Amino acid sequence: MKWWLLSCMLLAPWVHAADALPMAEDPVVEARLVVISEELRCLVCQNESLASSNAELAQDLRREVRKLIRENKSDAEIKTYLVQRYGDFVLYRPQVKPLTWPLWFGPFFMLLLAVWGLWRYLRLRKHALAMAHAMPSDPSADATRKD
Amino acid sequence: MNKKFLIPLGLFAALVVFLAVGLTRDPREIPSPLVGKPAPAFSLPMLVGDQRFSPSDMKGKVWLFNVWATWCVACREEHPLLVEFSKQSRIPVVGLSYKEIQAQDMANGPLKDAEKLQLARERSLRFLQRQGDPYTLSVLDLDGSVGIDYGVYGVPETYLIDREGIIRYKRIGPLTPEILQDSLLPLIQQLESS
Repeated sequence: MKWWLLSCMLLAPWVHAADALPMAEDPVVEARLVVISEELRCLVCQNESLASSNAELAQDLRREVRKLIRENKSDAEIKTYLVQRYGDFVLYRPQVKPLTWPLWFGPFFMLLLAVWGLWRYLRLRKHALAMAHAMPSDPSADATRKD
Repeated sequence: MNKKFLIPLGLFAALVVFLAVGLTRDPREIPSPLVGKPAPAFSLPMLVGDQRFSPSDMKGKVWLFNVWATWCVACREEHPLLVEFSKQSRIPVVGLSYKEIQAQDMANGPLKDAEKLQLARERSLRFLQRQGDPYTLSVLDLDGSVGIDYGVYGVPETYLIDREGIIRYKRIGPLTPEILQDSLLPLIQQLESS
């Protein structure tokens, strides 16, 4: 009885695994599929990647990507295939092109702007302090200096 | 008077405006890269008869291509509008029955392709008999591969294709009377007269 229970428990993971979606026969294809589809967005459940989504469309698209991998298409070709149909939105990593320049370079531009602002502010402040020292207009300030 | 304190306030107001505009936009509405491009070619079995249909059969005509399925709830909402449209408009409407056979239909074991085709035909015809048939003709895309070529990700979807076979308009989700009046009908008129 004990042995029977133990073997049931040990087998449980495999029994459960039968529920998982069938994998393609070729592990090389499957490995490439995972790498590529993690970079792609599932359009039905937009916060999931194509690799992790269980939506019906994601399964169809994985099937399509598998087919393209077997046809020896490069990663770039496979991504272009999907972009032509679903637009740039399928890519989690947007391409660098004029339309996406603000996205890629905007933050650095803002940083430069902030650094320039800070430098200007500091320079003005230093100037104002120096002026205040050179020409004390406040009589009380004069008094303290005589001390 | 020093109005410097207004700067952060102004920046904050700008941020609020951006966020407010962002809230009104639907993240599911993805601009289709297919608009302005030739409609992808395919050859699929028709709902009635043994013939096959290709988009090239429609060369020289302005036509509407509507992707639907009997399991799709939003398609049922849209259906009466399409029926009405087909009665009033002269342009042909081609229906694409998208993945009529779903995984749950094969819970009792896999179906052969011929069985799938027959089941899809039965169901689609029954639906069209009951709800009205707006389609000049319908084709069956059982495995959804034509759907992928057309970038379908949420049925119903509707395409307007011009005389040269170029996609001029795409709607993801059900058509509404407003969309029909404001965008689709003027565009059809423009394409027909050109």
